[in-house]
Amino acid sequence: MSETVRRRGRIGYLLLVPALLWLGLFFVVPLYSLVATSLFNADGSDLRGYQMSWAWGNYTDALDAYWQPLLRSLGYGAVATLLCLVLGYVLAYAIAFKSGRWKNLMLVLVIAPFFTSFLIRTLSWKLILADDGLVVNTLQLLHVLGSDGRLLATPVAVIAGLTYNFLPFMVLPLFASLDKIDHRLIEASSDLYANPFVGFFKVTWPLSLPGVVSGTLLTFIPAAGDFINVQLLGSPNQRMVGSVIQSLFTDANDYPAAAALSMILMVLIVAMVLVYVRRAGTEDLL
Amino acid sequence: MSQVVEQGSTAGEGEVHSGLRLRSVTKSFAAFTAVDDLDLDVPSGSFFALLGPSGCGKTTTLRMVAGLETPTSGTITLSGQDITYAKPYQRPVNTVFQSYALFPHLDIFENVAFGLRRRKRPDVKKQVEEMLELVELGSQAHKKPAQLSGGQQQRVALARALINKPEVLLLDEPLGALDLKLRRSMQIELKRIQTDVGLTFIHVTHDQEEAMTMADTVAVMNQGVIEQLGAPAELYENPHSTFVANFLGQSNLIEGAVTGRASDVVSVDMHGIGVSVPAERCHAGGDKGWVGIRPEKVLIGEEGEALDAPGNTIPGGVVTDVSFYGVSTQYLVRMPWGQELQVFEQNTGRRRLFRTGDRVELSWRPEYAFLLDHSQDASAGSQRVAE
Repeated sequence: MSETVRRRGRIGYLLLVPALLWLGLFFVVPLYSLVATSLFNADGSDLRGYQMSWAWGNYTDALDAYWQPLLRSLGYGAVATLLCLVLGYVLAYAIAFKSGRWKNLMLVLVIAPFFTSFLIRTLSWKLILADDGLVVNTLQLLHVLGSDGRLLATPVAVIAGLTYNFLPFMVLPLFASLDKIDHRLIEASSDLYANPFVGFFKVTWPLSLPGVVSGTLLTFIPAAGDFINVQLLGSPNQRMVGSVIQSLFTDANDYPAAAALSMILMVLIVAMVLVYVRRAGTEDLL
Repeated sequence: MSQVVEQGSTAGEGEVHSGLRLRSVTKSFAAFTAVDDLDLDVPSGSFFALLGPSGCGKTTTLRMVAGLETPTSGTITLSGQDITYAKPYQRPVNTVFQSYALFPHLDIFENVAFGLRRRKRPDVKKQVEEMLELVELGSQAHKKPAQLSGGQQQRVALARALINKPEVLLLDEPLGALDLKLRRSMQIELKRIQTDVGLTFIHVTHDQEEAMTMADTVAVMNQGVIEQLGAPAELYENPHSTFVANFLGQSNLIEGAVTGRASDVVSVDMHGIGVSVPAERCHAGGDKGWVGIRPEKVLIGEEGEALDAPGNTIPGGVVTDVSFYGVSTQYLVRMPWGQELQVFEQNTGRRRLFRTGDRVELSWRPEYAFLLDHSQDASAGSQRVAE
């Protein structure tokens, strides 16, 4: 018997090997290389080569130069996540509880945007929000925007793009949580003197928290690091840290600064996620 | 003016009913009528059972009283107040759900406190602790529902409803998920709690034994209507329909032709044998009917033996099956007309056990027989047929 137990254990470890190899090759090695690059001498270049000089100054320099885009990224990410949560919760709630036999179709529609590329979808937002487009013209007519007001190249456009692009990442985990809720629990709350409003906050909302937490993480993390939306819908005034990192790597070839900035973003996000998950009381998700 | 007249007429119609009253309540789902023109009075303080097979409409009736379904037509009043369209959270009615429906994210204490907190009642802590003591779960207050056993969860569900002191407590097959032994002890427990708190309990069940042992009034429901309502013993001893005769316990139903109706007795010709049935136990109008007799009321004896049952004696039976249960013996006896009748005999030791193939005579006291409408299906409500 102990023989079979041991063998079963060995098979378990064997099954882990492919994933571990993959992670080792494509996560641990690049991460190591990123940390190393962030500590190279700042005055190195492709021509002169780089040296490991434990240049911690890269970090303070990067923060000094780019704290604004960094904060802006976290801010835009947070606003977009909040908008996704509000829009996504209503949508996921409707699909889970009110869509009846249309449930599967609605879910397919939520995922449908993934059938075209991220880039093309964002480019079409450029058309939607264009200076002479329907949206801007209507808003001008309603005097929400001034006669020369525009949406492109404003934070509104960037946040709208982020919200649109990451909404499915919010809806799907929310739906999964809401769909699991036993409808009889809601009946029980109403039997126990909770009106629909109170019932929602005492029963439905707490039971959907796992979906809220995973949805906000899946939205916030990529949204804060995004550089496509700001590039296509924003202007240098809305520069986010993702686009800074991208241009440092590809245009300026300042690898140490780019790597240091990447590390700062990563550490900040991990720290925020840890605090958030702690506070939401859903540690068992991690 | 007209209002005054109206008020006068309602007051004149009778005293305000203190319990729960359903009047011509109908509930249809698309083409299916779950509850059909139902009238029901549940006196306050009673332990009332709604008994019937699954799909008979008993759960739908309960849900309408709870407010979880709205009747298609009809009215529901509680203590004289119309609650037909009141929201579930607005009526003084609580439910113990079949699935318990305990809130998985709250601990036992908060589950029980839920109703009190919603109504902003004072002394929540004290009341919850007392209630948990009543159901013997004081030490489990800070566990989550998933950490408790089925029987404990059942008691939490009961405590959570009971703590609100509703005018009517609804129990939807609350013991269905428990094993037999636990179910028996919970039945006694429930009965004790009902006597202690004195609330109206409406218990929905498909278990006839459970209904009879617990309730003081049982309503037997079938296909959306109430077949018969009364005290358990009354229903059992004098069923009004073949469904009740078969669903509550077992019955022998024998075809017969009515030969005479006197003021106090009805004579029936049963395959050539004349038997009599008391007139108040006769529930058939036509010239044919089903003579019913409970298996334990049938006496079995040797051919020609004088049995202590003046009147209805049927000779010519042959024992076809014997099941010895210890306290009693169950015989199947084939009668001359081909039907097999059931007989239960107490094993008092005064009589010998019959064996398969023995020729016997059956008899019963006329006052135990009943006569049912011939147009009804003789196997309606019978669990033996399904087996």
